[in-house]
Amino acid sequence: MDPLLDLLKKNAREPDAILAKELATTEEDIRARIAAYEAEGVIRGFQAVLNTDRLESCDVRAVIELRIRPEREGGFDRIANRIGKFPQVESMFLMSGGFDLLLIVKGKSLQEVANFVSARLAPLDGVLSTATHFMLKTYKDQGVLMESEPHDDRLQVCP
Amino acid sequence: MTTVSKSARDFIAPHLRDIPKSGIRDFFDIVAGRKDVISLGIGEPDFQTPWHIREKAIASIERGVTRYTSNLGTPELRQALTDYMRASFHTAYDWKTEILVTVGVSEAFDIALRAVLSPGDEVLYHEPCFVAYAPLIRMAHGVPVAVNTFRKDDFRLTVSELEKKVTPRTRVLLLNFPNNPTGATLDKADTEALADFAIRHDLLVISDEVYSELTYEGGRHSMAAIPRLRERLIFLNGFSKAWSMTGFRLGYVCAPAPLTDAMMKIHQYCMMCASSTGQIAGLEALRHGEADIAEMRESYHQRRNFVVASLNEMGLDCFMPRGAFYVFPSIESTGLTSQEFALRLLNERNVACVPGTAFGACGAGFLRCAYATGMDQLKEAMDRISDFITKL
Repeated sequence: MDPLLDLLKKNAREPDAILAKELATTEEDIRARIAAYEAEGVIRGFQAVLNTDRLESCDVRAVIELRIRPEREGGFDRIANRIGKFPQVESMFLMSGGFDLLLIVKGKSLQEVANFVSARLAPLDGVLSTATHFMLKTYKDQGVLMESEPHDDRLQVCP
Repeated sequence: MTTVSKSARDFIAPHLRDIPKSGIRDFFDIVAGRKDVISLGIGEPDFQTPWHIREKAIASIERGVTRYTSNLGTPELRQALTDYMRASFHTAYDWKTEILVTVGVSEAFDIALRAVLSPGDEVLYHEPCFVAYAPLIRMAHGVPVAVNTFRKDDFRLTVSELEKKVTPRTRVLLLNFPNNPTGATLDKADTEALADFAIRHDLLVISDEVYSELTYEGGRHSMAAIPRLRERLIFLNGFSKAWSMTGFRLGYVCAPAPLTDAMMKIHQYCMMCASSTGQIAGLEALRHGEADIAEMRESYHQRRNFVVASLNEMGLDCFMPRGAFYVFPSIESTGLTSQEFALRLLNERNVACVPGTAFGACGAGFLRCAYATGMDQLKEAMDRISDFITKL
């Protein structure tokens, strides 16, 4: 992968000037490359990775396993696009194995998530079954550990 | 009968008493205990040892693998080292007789010297250099002979400088590239010229290549890749820098069988063997750790780019080092000595860099900045150094 994308994944707020120095190029080049990735749809956004367990009021999240009936033309795409339009669906993946779509769904409460599944997802034409698993604690998200690493305990000066 | 009372100090061997304290130790004492220091003086990777390596080591302890191993190191590790050396350096060392696993490269270097030096033998080594070389040469009853390297050569060692210092008592040529503290590397022509020099003067070469995996440009050019040097080369490498395994204390020597055997004699009596846990960790690193090295190397590479660009931008001439994780900028433009600059930077801006003189007299006018630290710290350090210089 382009090292620029690696750096942006680690810290999307890194100033262009720093990125330019790290990659031994110019700020103009950095800006042009980011713009190109956005235009191509490779970069789809810049978001903070949050430890929501530390927020006073945080959403409930659940992993939903969906089995769906593939369609003659379009396979799973049509129904996936339809499901993806719901704002409650945070993430969605087509999977191999015992089910077809894996969703991460969020809501204000357990009840709200359950209602969303029963009232919005399950009745959809093409949905064969759902299985809901509520997330209890986030240990790691998008490559970021939620608990801090131990502080730097190296000797302050060493040869 | 007269009883002569001695103090404890009187029992210290004279050759040890005469070895000066390390300049870096002095600086460490000044920095230690200060809060909120951004230290660019750490010659140790900031990465955690990759988890799969730690996990393997932990599992081995749980299984009770805590006994002595073969003095030479476990057969599995030595076989893996043979394969690694072949793939990385195009060598053919026999794992049974030509590889010895040591307690860090520090022990490897020590036993190499003690195996080959007779009292008064001279060892050519290049400065600026790792602080341990000259003292260890003295402790092995050798005579360290410093050869200068210069900014105009990007701190590469030249034969012309060596020819000024070689004498009939010279026995060993010691090399360390990629270099601590300068980050300098050798190109192929350099290694060939140094090999010719060693052969011409019938010298043994000890090549400490512990930073070899951290080579960013120009390719890796090892003394081990020169076939005509084989019978007079002791090659040293380790796991500390490449896989961030400093505390595991694991290194190794590759050398022709008679030399390995001689080093083994010392090793078996003073060490028995390297840590069994460390050896298991090392084996895991060799078998499955290539991606880890690549990731760390890329990160160091980017940090190096950032630091060198930043230092040059603020008017401190800094060549682009091709290896290790140090930069060696000149601070002469400030009018301060290395020591003055480092102390004032520490006192006034809480940034620790080691004065170049800690690594040899020809380090005067330079500073060693280690970039084995996170980008946030590096950014802050560069801002503080720039501010410090502006207000001088």
